[in-house]
Formats: sequence, structure tokens, C-alpha cells
Amino acid sequence: MDVSAGDLNAPHSMGTTIIGVTYDGGVVLGADSRTSTGMYVANRASDKITKLTDNVYMCRSGSAADSQIVSDYVRYFLHQHTIQLGQPSTVKVAANLVRLLSYNNKNMLQTGLIIGGWDKYEGGKIYGIPLGGTILEQPFAIGGSGSSYLYGFFDQAWKEGMTQEEAEQLVVKAVSLAIARDGASGGVVRTVTINSEGVTRKFYPGDKLSLWHEELEPQNSLLDILSTGSPEPMVS
Amino acid sequence: MGGSYGSTLRYKSVERLKPVGKHSLIGASGEISDFQEIMRYLDDLILSDNMWDDGNSLGPKEVHNYLTRVMYNRRNKFNPLWNSLVLGGVKNGQKYLGTVSMIGVHYEDNHVATGFGNHLARPLLRDEWRENLTFEEGVILLEKCMRVLLYRDRSAVNKLQIAKITEEGVTISPPYSLKTFWNFSAFENPTHGAEGSW
Repeated sequence: MDVSAGDLNAPHSMGTTIIGVTYDGGVVLGADSRTSTGMYVANRASDKITKLTDNVYMCRSGSAADSQIVSDYVRYFLHQHTIQLGQPSTVKVAANLVRLLSYNNKNMLQTGLIIGGWDKYEGGKIYGIPLGGTILEQPFAIGGSGSSYLYGFFDQAWKEGMTQEEAEQLVVKAVSLAIARDGASGGVVRTVTINSEGVTRKFYPGDKLSLWHEELEPQNSLLDILSTGSPEPMVS
Repeated sequence: MGGSYGSTLRYKSVERLKPVGKHSLIGASGEISDFQEIMRYLDDLILSDNMWDDGNSLGPKEVHNYLTRVMYNRRNKFNPLWNSLVLGGVKNGQKYLGTVSMIGVHYEDNHVATGFGNHLARPLLRDEWRENLTFEEGVILLEKCMRVLLYRDRSAVNKLQIAKITEEGVTISPPYSLKTFWNFSAFENPTHGAEGSW
């Protein structure tokens, strides 16, 4: 009946908000968890932060298929590289392998990626690899459709030399703000923190995030509101 | 209560449920400017009806029919009002619930929906709606549908209103939010053992 309630055969796209931030001692990667086909949310709890090696992870955005296949190839190459090198790969090598795939296949791929990790030579590093295969080493990187809403926020809130807690809080707050305004982002906030000690995954469900402008405290039901005899009765 | 602009959730407190006359309520989805124009048409319609001062008043069936004519005639001129509308009401003890789309497709049923509601909510309603639900049961059922839509429709925002129409009149709740559920163990580490998947 409705002209178009969403094209359910559209390719899976991780509209997405992805973030990578360096801090004093490591990096924090963050992402939302929404994967959509057209206007339908195909997966509300996706994991967009993908392991490349024990010490290097990648945030994926854009085409779900393209970003997955890139991560699969890079994981395969890095596995061999680690064996041949005899020690963990550096973040720079991992990022450059991603760049080579993204750049050399630029006409076919539609995926923006953020690589983050820790190695013993350079410590925590973030590399942004947007659509055409440019590689940029940055103190922090944002990507995905939700990142449009975060440029101003990071201009104001980013600081050099944050602690791990500050960096994690910044990432969670930022993803949460983007989710509030980007229809293509949603669900839970996932973070991965990488430092000399290893890797920690965290999970922040929607109900644990702060409320932003015009957002209200969630209720079990309207019936609870009505029965508490609230001072704002139903209006007409 | 969302008003999207492409993929941006631009306005998060748009009132999309409005009373119409004494007996009806309209709910709209789609282009907000066109809905506001429809409200102007309806306000004129109700005003004219009142000016007769004859003790009669337009009921929900009549309002629904008027809307159907408006939407269909605009469609024929290739200049549609880009809305899907739900029209409900009670007059002289008779309940009425109908819907009309931007191209003039219209029907009545015990449960209707717009947009993704047709795909996600109607199946739930087909299973769980029955005659003589109480108001409380109706609210619980509607909230179940709205929660699914909140999870699965990209244009949904967590703010809604529920309206009740009875012989006594129309009441629309204040805006409120629903709790959502994310604490399934499957959600915590979904790609464990299958790196690169979802």
C-alpha cells in the first residue's frame, strides 16, 4: 500500500559512526552497531570493530560486504607477515596493507576504514583510510555517515594526552551523540581499547547512554505514567 | 514523533497525532509540510460543518472519505500530498478506523498502520488483536509494536504519543520514551570465532 517502505533488497550498508582516538599509552576504537538494508535495520547489534591481529583492530563503515572482504584479505596477509617477521606486526604495516587494497580497487570498493593498534616501536597509533584509499595518520579519526555530526564536537572536545578513561568516555559520548542524529547509526556502543597490556572490549547498551536534547527517560509503559497520577494528564 | 530529513533525524518532537472535530483523530506519516496543509483543510472543513449549527457533526467515516478524495484527486494531478494517514474515531457508539495513502488507496480495518508498521506491526496485531481489548491491553499491544519499529526502522525516534478516542472525546498522551532491551548474551560478542562477520 505504501509507495515504498524501504528496499529490502538493497545492499547491506553499515551507515555507521566509527571513531578511533589515541591516548597516553594506547588507542580506543569505537563504533555503533546498526547495519541496514535500505530503511530496515537488518542487524541492531553488529560488531563493526574487527580484529586484524592481536594488537591491531579495524573499524568498518560503508558497504558491509566490501569492508568484510578487505578485512579478511588483510587478516590473511598479516598472519603470514607475522610468521615471517617473527614478532607482532606494526600498526603502520597493517594500515598500509589496507591502503593498498582500498587504493588499487578504488573503483569497486565503497568502504571507509579506521585502523588502530599498539606496537612496541610507536605505541598507540590511529590511521584513517577513507573512500579513495588515502592514508592519514591522525591523533583521532572519525568516519561513517554519523561522523558528519561530530566534526564540531571533536573540534571542541578533543585534547592531546588524555587518560584511558577520558578517551573511552569521549568515544562513547561521541558515538552516542551521532546515534541521536544519524538514522543510519544506532543500537549499542562498542569500544575496543588497545595498549601494551592487551585488548579490552566494552559494550554500552542503548539504555546505559546519556540522554541528549529532546530525549526522554525511558519508561516501561504509558500505563505506569498514567497510574502515577502525573501532573501532566493526557491532553487534547 | 520524529521528523527526518533524509537520513538525519532532524526534528525529534513533531506532533503527528491531531484531533479533528469532536469525534476523530488523525495520525500522519511522511512530509510534515503536507500534513500541516491537510490540517488546514480539515480545520476549514470542521469550521464549515460547525457553521451549519444544525446539531450534526462530521464523524470519522466522513472525515476519512473527505481525506480519500483529497489524496486521490491530488494523485490524479501528479502532485500528491506525500503522506500516509490514519484516521480513527467514535461517533454514536460506533468505532471507526481507516487509512489512506498518498495515492488514495484507502480501507478500514480493526488495525491499520503506515510505513514499516505494515510490515512489522500488522503481523503482531493480526495475532494479538481481538474484539473488546481494554484500554490497558491496547496500550501494551501498541507499545509492543512501537518498540519493534524503534529497533528496526531507521527513521524511528524514541519518543511517542498514544491517543484514545471514545464517545467522550479525544485525549492524546504527553510524549514519552520506551525502554529498550540490549542485554542478550548474543549481543555482547557476536563475532567471536568469526572475525569480520557482523
